[in-house]
Amino acid sequence: MVSSSKMAYHKYEPAWLILEDGTVYEGRSLGCGGTAVGEVVFTTGMTGYQETLTDPSYFGQIVAQTFPLIGNYGVNDTDRESGRVWLKGYIIREWCYEPSNFRSKSTLGEYLEQHNVVGIYDIDTRALTRKIREHGVMNGAVTTEYPDDTGAFLKSLKGFVISDAVRSVSDKKPSFHKAEVSKYHVVLMDYGYKSNILRSLNELGCDVTVMPWDSDKAAIEKVAPDGIMLSNGPGDPNENKKIINNLKEILKTDLPVLGICLGHQIMALAFGCRTQKLKYGHRGANQPVMDLEKRRIFVTSQNHGFAVVKESVTEDIGNISHYNVNDESCEGIKYKRPGTFTVQFHPEACAGPHDTRYLFDRFIESMEKKNAAE
Amino acid sequence: MPLNKDIKKVLVIGSGPIVIGQAAEFDYAGTQVCRTLKEEGIEVVLINSNPATIMTDKTMADKIYIEPLTLSVLKKIIGIEKPDSILPTLGGQMGLTLSMKLAREGFLESHKVRLLGTDPLTIDKAEDRQMFKDMLESIGEPVIESRVAEKIEDALLYAEEIKYPVVVRPAYTLGGTGGGIANDPEELRIIGTDGLRQSPITQILIEKCVSGWKEIEFEVMRDSRGNTITVCSMENLDPVGVHTGDSIVVAPAVTLADKEYQMLRNASIKIIQELSVCGGCNCQFALDPGSFDYAVIEVNPRVSRSSALASKATGYPIAKVASRIAIGYTLDEIRNEVTQKTYACFEPALDYVVVKFPKWPFDKFVYAKRTLGTQMKATGEVMAIGSFFEQALMKAVRSIELGLDTLNLKKLKEKTDEEIKSLLYNCDDERIFVVYEAFKRGVELDEIYKITGIDRWFLSKINNLVYMEMFLEEGELTKEKYKDAKDLGFLDSTIKKLSGQEPPEKIPAAFKMVDTCAAEFAAETPYFYATYDSENEAADHIKKSDIGRKKIIVFGSGPIRIGQGIEFDYCSVHCVNALKESGYEAIIVNNNPETVSTDFDISDRLYFEPLTPEDVDGIIETERPWGVIVQFGGQTAIKLTKYLLEKGVNILGTSADSIDEAEDRKRFDSLLEKCGIPRPRGETAYDTETAVTKADRLGYPVLLRPSYVLGGQNMIIAYSKEDVVEYMDIITANIELENPVLIDKYLMGKEIEVDVVCDGEDFVIPGIMEHIERAGVHSGDSISVYPPQSLDDDVVDKIVKYTGILAEELKVVGMVNIQYVLFEKELYVIEVNPRSSRTVPYISKVTNVPVVRLATKVLLGQKLSELGYKKGLAPAGEYVAVKVPVFSFPKLTDADSQLGPEMKSTGEVLGIDKDFESALYKGLLGAGYGLTKVDEIVLITVKDADKPEAVPLAQKFIDLGYSIAATEGTARYFNSHGVPAIKVNAFDEPRPNTDTLFDSGAVDFVVSTSIAGRKPAMRSVQLRRKAIERNIVTLTSIDTANALANCLISGKNLGNVNMVDITEI
Repeated sequence: MVSSSKMAYHKYEPAWLILEDGTVYEGRSLGCGGTAVGEVVFTTGMTGYQETLTDPSYFGQIVAQTFPLIGNYGVNDTDRESGRVWLKGYIIREWCYEPSNFRSKSTLGEYLEQHNVVGIYDIDTRALTRKIREHGVMNGAVTTEYPDDTGAFLKSLKGFVISDAVRSVSDKKPSFHKAEVSKYHVVLMDYGYKSNILRSLNELGCDVTVMPWDSDKAAIEKVAPDGIMLSNGPGDPNENKKIINNLKEILKTDLPVLGICLGHQIMALAFGCRTQKLKYGHRGANQPVMDLEKRRIFVTSQNHGFAVVKESVTEDIGNISHYNVNDESCEGIKYKRPGTFTVQFHPEACAGPHDTRYLFDRFIESMEKKNAAE
Repeated sequence: MPLNKDIKKVLVIGSGPIVIGQAAEFDYAGTQVCRTLKEEGIEVVLINSNPATIMTDKTMADKIYIEPLTLSVLKKIIGIEKPDSILPTLGGQMGLTLSMKLAREGFLESHKVRLLGTDPLTIDKAEDRQMFKDMLESIGEPVIESRVAEKIEDALLYAEEIKYPVVVRPAYTLGGTGGGIANDPEELRIIGTDGLRQSPITQILIEKCVSGWKEIEFEVMRDSRGNTITVCSMENLDPVGVHTGDSIVVAPAVTLADKEYQMLRNASIKIIQELSVCGGCNCQFALDPGSFDYAVIEVNPRVSRSSALASKATGYPIAKVASRIAIGYTLDEIRNEVTQKTYACFEPALDYVVVKFPKWPFDKFVYAKRTLGTQMKATGEVMAIGSFFEQALMKAVRSIELGLDTLNLKKLKEKTDEEIKSLLYNCDDERIFVVYEAFKRGVELDEIYKITGIDRWFLSKINNLVYMEMFLEEGELTKEKYKDAKDLGFLDSTIKKLSGQEPPEKIPAAFKMVDTCAAEFAAETPYFYATYDSENEAADHIKKSDIGRKKIIVFGSGPIRIGQGIEFDYCSVHCVNALKESGYEAIIVNNNPETVSTDFDISDRLYFEPLTPEDVDGIIETERPWGVIVQFGGQTAIKLTKYLLEKGVNILGTSADSIDEAEDRKRFDSLLEKCGIPRPRGETAYDTETAVTKADRLGYPVLLRPSYVLGGQNMIIAYSKEDVVEYMDIITANIELENPVLIDKYLMGKEIEVDVVCDGEDFVIPGIMEHIERAGVHSGDSISVYPPQSLDDDVVDKIVKYTGILAEELKVVGMVNIQYVLFEKELYVIEVNPRSSRTVPYISKVTNVPVVRLATKVLLGQKLSELGYKKGLAPAGEYVAVKVPVFSFPKLTDADSQLGPEMKSTGEVLGIDKDFESALYKGLLGAGYGLTKVDEIVLITVKDADKPEAVPLAQKFIDLGYSIAATEGTARYFNSHGVPAIKVNAFDEPRPNTDTLFDSGAVDFVVSTSIAGRKPAMRSVQLRRKAIERNIVTLTSIDTANALANCLISGKNLGNVNMVDITEI
């Protein structure tokens, strides 16, 4: 917004958000110039934009923030959920070029530029959100070069699909992360994990070996863990045939398993359940989830476009343990297999509420129980 | 858990009169509670002494007692009504404290009354300073180093230990009464002693001062099963040290990263879980801007001003949900009324930013100390919603009615750069404007930050506004520049003024919905705010809800201030109800978050916007209403008349020309002349010189006031030329006079007031109100009696006759309020206000004439005769009602308590009974006058003119068994007129003096009048302040004092008065 000498860091270049249905929003360019094509989604979280930017689950997506003031507290060195920015494009109402926070190292604009993100601001993000809500998620592009042939451009947008998502974001090699006080050893399957899963496990006394997405049973057994954590990650869960097959084998061990988000979906698929694409997903930090065991509702952080079909969770494999209070979709499954449970939301938060951290404790208990039995 | 079926009859305690720190927000909460309980089929018994509230409306509860809020009264009513439960956490501090007393005494248990919501232990843990500290320490939540002191010596010792400055917080007081920051032992001695006196349990907390830290608040909800959510976070623009009620507050918190946000959210949840609150709770934190260090400042386990703000800021109805929780429901069982799809168990997501701005009474109390600290001083507040912080801030500044359209304050223009810089150190109500001016003078952001402690984020945003102003002043007004200026909240008129250019292409306001969920779910909330975007959601809503009804916009009354209070919200809400009932689509425009009218389910559509012509214009363009109503929103709405007229909008009711005829001095005079109605002689003036000449010509004393005012804003009685000069200087300091100052000959007679409904032909006077205090005391500050007790029939006839003539001549359609003065047997008209007035709610309740409803129907074209009302004065009922004003003087340092033509009261209570004495007794008791003789002495010190009348007054007190003390002149006069009086030295004379007397605790009442007042340096003002600061009842009119003495003589007490359920009237 605005000029005058002091209102610096200002590019006046226009930018456009073009949706596959032909809707065009004109805004101003932020971050890098160029064109980014992806699936346009919105998130309602009011804080935590840096976590959003670095969350690997957003791979292939263009993210719109419904909260209008973004970048207020700048960008720092610690609030990262991975080593880089994964989302393809970024849509906001206003960005703050004079951030204020004791940890701030740079502005949002600088950060997006450094990470080659094509961003756009000065967009009526509420109108965009309403559109996505009514139409469902759509492909779109953020661009600083308005296409000459819009017809062809829209056609190319329609053809866009997120593919190879997990393989693209996963680490290629295993890595070991020691806890300060080591009590357990956990394998974290990297489908695009958020750093706070790792940090949370470390804090709870778990040494963690992060294993690449395609690690099989033999590879895991080699590191002899006490339990397995299936991480979050991007894309359509059904795309991950190889992971699912590997997981079926891994489940033959007696290791406790906790799955989060994509990990939850993949586990369900490995047990023969089905997943479905949601109209516009759940993305934000205010999703109420009922824990049927505790008979309590918790506010959770969520970021997913697919969900496990409730009806496909049959009694012989387990029970639904959590559901979303808003739309009653499946948010968690407790399997018959000992020490095995998965959730659709993010107990590790970041960004978002910490209300479901107890699930990590439950995972630790499962490992404890298993170790005690041995 | 669903509804607890054992709950059948609930007692709800209201918050009593409006005082600083406890205002309309509790009427909003209380109304929600009553409605919710009734929806659940529960019988509601309500007690509230405040007649101006919507909650005390006959339809709101099954039994309504407008009775004094004292323990004995509550016991009496519980004995009569036998409720099975009591709801303590929704009536502000007043209701909470009383309920806790009842519980602790074992009264509730012995009468089998269940305490709903939250138990006494929880309240203690949150309110008792030591228990609060212990509770937080036990759950590992950081507290600011502090210690409880019950003696000033202990406080001083501890302060040495933790180092100055320290904060003093008295236990169990409202709005931080009696607290403050002490920088050295001397200040601590003063503030601490005062705090101990103010605390009902003589306890203060001495606390390490963390001023400069950020102040963050969370509103939390919890149910009996332990489900917990945070409704909203809020950040104070002013750092810790300024009471949150006096801070500019932003929702949601804007400068916190997710780490800090979740840290404080977790702390809030931990606290509410530990306290096991069932309902709403407010947690306040101090957060170090340079680290993750934080400390819990305060926890309020009840609905509060902040929860009202959070409700309006998010659309989440906290009080409604809290009531449902109290009667057994859990959060997952309560529907989200906004989306109707989701449940109350979620956290609202905002896609806009909200700014709350306080409304301070310093325009009235020009000599009151403006410094802001831990003692709240604001009487009300406004809220603004925008897509940008700057936009919301600009809207808020327009809404507080200081006549501003930017942050430029005229009086700062004349200051030098050095003066501006030094003003930055003053933490007062004008600081944000000083910051703005400082930026304009080129003071660096960092320097302003160092001085003020206001977070750099806010400063940078304020600076943006400065840049935009400069930017507009230079170069071409491009399309882009214009759009940016609109986004930052500049009005077209301001843009034109600054740039000297017309906008290239006018951008119309687009209205967005407040829906609790950032558009994630489709919502039907008819709650909108303006921004400058492509999509106008209000237009969609209008289309969808169009079932052929005519649309009428009702303009609200803006922030609560002295002179324009909750009464006008009462009127607006009733008008909306009457419109809906008559088959119209009713739309409200208002900006006050504390009120019922801004509850989104009152009207068919709510616009939360400033009430200025340009802001309103966007709404008119979008709505294209069939008509608009300005009569019920006080002067705020009336001020829109000119614009609406030019716009060609159909203003229902009295024509703008008639309004002008009543307000324009010349036209009004000639009208009265034509009708043969006498009025005190009067003149007008625009400048000091003319004012002095004309005042001289009329002869002193004269009454001075600006035209088009409400609540005697800036009104004084001038006894000399000096008074006139002083007055004109103050009034012309910050605004250009658009209308002249009125100068009237002042007549000290009996004041009489009527509210009238007229249909253009006939008129109905529901009742005549007579004032106890003679003219010269503003009608809002007078004790008012219905029906009149001292008027002869011929006077009554004359009132009815004059009223009829005026109504007819002015062609009044709707409401008019007329004030008369009876002076030496002659009846004069002093004021005609062609609109609804402050007395409407109370007169409606006691006469059973639904005044606003009637007036609204008349506005819609019905005739009074069709509505079943006979022309003239309605017959008086069997009850006498006495309205007694309530003041907030203890909270306003240096404000003079002497009553005069400028209104000073913040609220009122009603006493109602079958005879005058009982009604007066209840009114005075409810207003907080101590009516049981505790001490021995009445101190009297009056101006010469009052001395003759003070003699019989003093005699009355002597007959009641009091001794009279008096300052020199008064004592001499009394003694020479046969009334024994002890002479006391004034406080600036050697001890023993009045200070000694006050400190001895032997004084029950002070009667003090003086010719001039206002200036804090004056002895009479200081004497009154000293008495007020010691909670001694101080009377500044002989008439009030007489009423009080007569009341004591009447021997009324709770044993011999009735408890009146007004639904039975």
